[in-house]
Amino acid sequence: MYQHNQYQKGKPQQVAVVGAGVAGLSAALTLKKQGIGVVVFEKGETPGGHLQQWHALFPDREPAAGVLNQLKQEASEQKISLRTQTEVAAVTPSGNKFRIETSQGEQNEFDAVLLATGFQLFDAARKEEYGYGIYQRVITSAGLEQRLGHGGTGLTVNGRPPHRVAFVHCVGSRDEKVGNHYCSKVCCVTGVKQAITVKERYPQCEVLNFYMDLRMFGTGYEELYREAQEKWGVMFIRGRVSEASQMHDGTIQLKAEDTLMGRPVRATVDWLVLLVGMEPEKRAQQWARSLGLQTGQAGFFSSPEKFLHPSLTAVNGIFTAGACTGPASIPESVNQGRAAALSVLEFLAEKDEAGK
Amino acid sequence: MKPDNQQQTWQNYQKNIADDHYYYVRSCIRQTFFPGSEAAMLSILRNQLGRDVFDDPRHTSCTGIGYHSDIVPLPTIMTVVARQFSLMAEAGYKNLLVSCVTSFGIYNEITHLWEHHPETLAKTREHLYKATKREFDIPENIAHTSDVVYKFRQDIFSSGRYTLTDQLTGFPLRIAEHVGCHYAKIFPNKGVGGAEFPKVLTGMIEAWGGEVVDYPERRHCCGFGFRQYLVRENRGYPLSNTRKKLESLAPFKPDLIVCNCPGCAMFMDKWQYTIGEMEGRTFGPDGRGIPVLTYEELAGLVLGYDPWELGLQMHQVDVEPLLKKMDYSYSPEKKFLDADGKYIGQPMMAENCIL
Repeated sequence: MYQHNQYQKGKPQQVAVVGAGVAGLSAALTLKKQGIGVVVFEKGETPGGHLQQWHALFPDREPAAGVLNQLKQEASEQKISLRTQTEVAAVTPSGNKFRIETSQGEQNEFDAVLLATGFQLFDAARKEEYGYGIYQRVITSAGLEQRLGHGGTGLTVNGRPPHRVAFVHCVGSRDEKVGNHYCSKVCCVTGVKQAITVKERYPQCEVLNFYMDLRMFGTGYEELYREAQEKWGVMFIRGRVSEASQMHDGTIQLKAEDTLMGRPVRATVDWLVLLVGMEPEKRAQQWARSLGLQTGQAGFFSSPEKFLHPSLTAVNGIFTAGACTGPASIPESVNQGRAAALSVLEFLAEKDEAGK
Repeated sequence: MKPDNQQQTWQNYQKNIADDHYYYVRSCIRQTFFPGSEAAMLSILRNQLGRDVFDDPRHTSCTGIGYHSDIVPLPTIMTVVARQFSLMAEAGYKNLLVSCVTSFGIYNEITHLWEHHPETLAKTREHLYKATKREFDIPENIAHTSDVVYKFRQDIFSSGRYTLTDQLTGFPLRIAEHVGCHYAKIFPNKGVGGAEFPKVLTGMIEAWGGEVVDYPERRHCCGFGFRQYLVRENRGYPLSNTRKKLESLAPFKPDLIVCNCPGCAMFMDKWQYTIGEMEGRTFGPDGRGIPVLTYEELAGLVLGYDPWELGLQMHQVDVEPLLKKMDYSYSPEKKFLDADGKYIGQPMMAENCIL
């Protein structure tokens, strides 16, 4: 076990964490508790990353705000140095340190850098056939979370509850046509969770989920899928939507094939929700190129030792955690952040030892 | 998504359509099957909209049918297209106006190839010069005639005499549209609304008072694809595609079908007779077919043109029930008379149905 006081003999070693999402904050907290100096750079206005836009978390539908507030409170208690609205423009090796230059032109040196740059949501307008950005009532899963969240406008249509809502799974995931062959992993259970939430809020609403196959890999996910069918009557239709069109009254008409029944399906829905996948953050890919980091086929950061040391990169002293390494849930991002912090501590200890 | 983003997204699906001074290139087959359409287009542009159009008798087929059938090689069709452009430049025009959807696809495909493979452009210049001593400029704007009708749809409506309304019920006419595959499925950014949100025909229908009918096979090909259609033994395949579309739209009881492609309009119209002969089936009410119009014919009706000058008597499916619905002023007795009052013959009826 690491003895944190060994780092406190001289000036504490400094680590830069890029990204104040779930993984970045978890890593920063772990490092800070071990006596390491941490500066977290965040391009957004507030910490929390995508979690800030989320209403409830699968599988228990726990309010996202609770998790977020707890993380932010701990960060505040630990006096984490948080630099919001500060984009990292460049990371360059400088002797045995790394120089970080921000978009404001400020430069600082750090002993190690942890990249927790997260993901970006797939731009649903690229799947033209679903009409996102063209039709008013085609929204993304992220947009639905905001509508369902505090102060959100819900799914009421002209003052009445929705009659029918459809979800489309795998939008921008497992789709060669848009160049994303990989599975975004968390959308399946998100779709199930959101379907239940819609039923909870609008019990008379019919909810349809169009899917290729459902990947309920996590603890409690399969149970949630069963609950959606048995308790809430959510209908799961195996087939992809081929076309959506907007009717005069603003409803969306869907054309799909039910591949289990072997017949075409038409449905008119009040809302069409696209379960958008995760993509590598573009800025992070630029760094990857300039720093010589490895990325996998999908463009997420990859480790040269992915089984035993998944946080390591090809550059000694630069580490990764969270959804910048691939689609991840909140608990996975937390774990990865903490695990990466331990790898950073190991690295700093070796560096400290070598310096003596 | 915020409304301003939504407007921005829709803007991405618009195309630049030239406003005036068009060099018109005709279709090979339309003058046979829908003989009044191109004349109506020229008349609407010149007389109703006051636009300048040059109808050049020297231009030839684009050879697209031969190209898509692997009979005309790529360098040859490039040279033919280059000759059209040379004629256009010689006449002092920069805006190409294309009557045929196949040709529209060809002109876009070849200019795209020239842009991305400049060596083919250099080679084409050489070929054209060797063959004809001609040089050419690439058009500044390539528009399909349906683009231009879409662009001026409100002007047409403003000077129109009829709306697309069923005068017996007062309700809008229910209109099924079919956009030709080569209009925007090859180069989505060349069509209004792209491949997924084609607005070119629905924009006209809505502007002129009609109601667009959605049907499951709306975006399905009419089946015209040259390679299978040209081989007589394969014609069951294209026919089955048209039948699939007609079966899909019939339950929605449209008053008419409008197309923007010569081949599609021909297939949707003529195959109704064929299916009537083969199966004794019709897709409209009372054992009749569903009238099929080109967008120029539709515009011509809105403007009050004589239906027989528009060539509607040459359609396989009788359009008179539609004219009656619209309470259209016309002379039924002149249906099969030419300009000199001479009988011109009439289309055959299927044995088992009226059409």
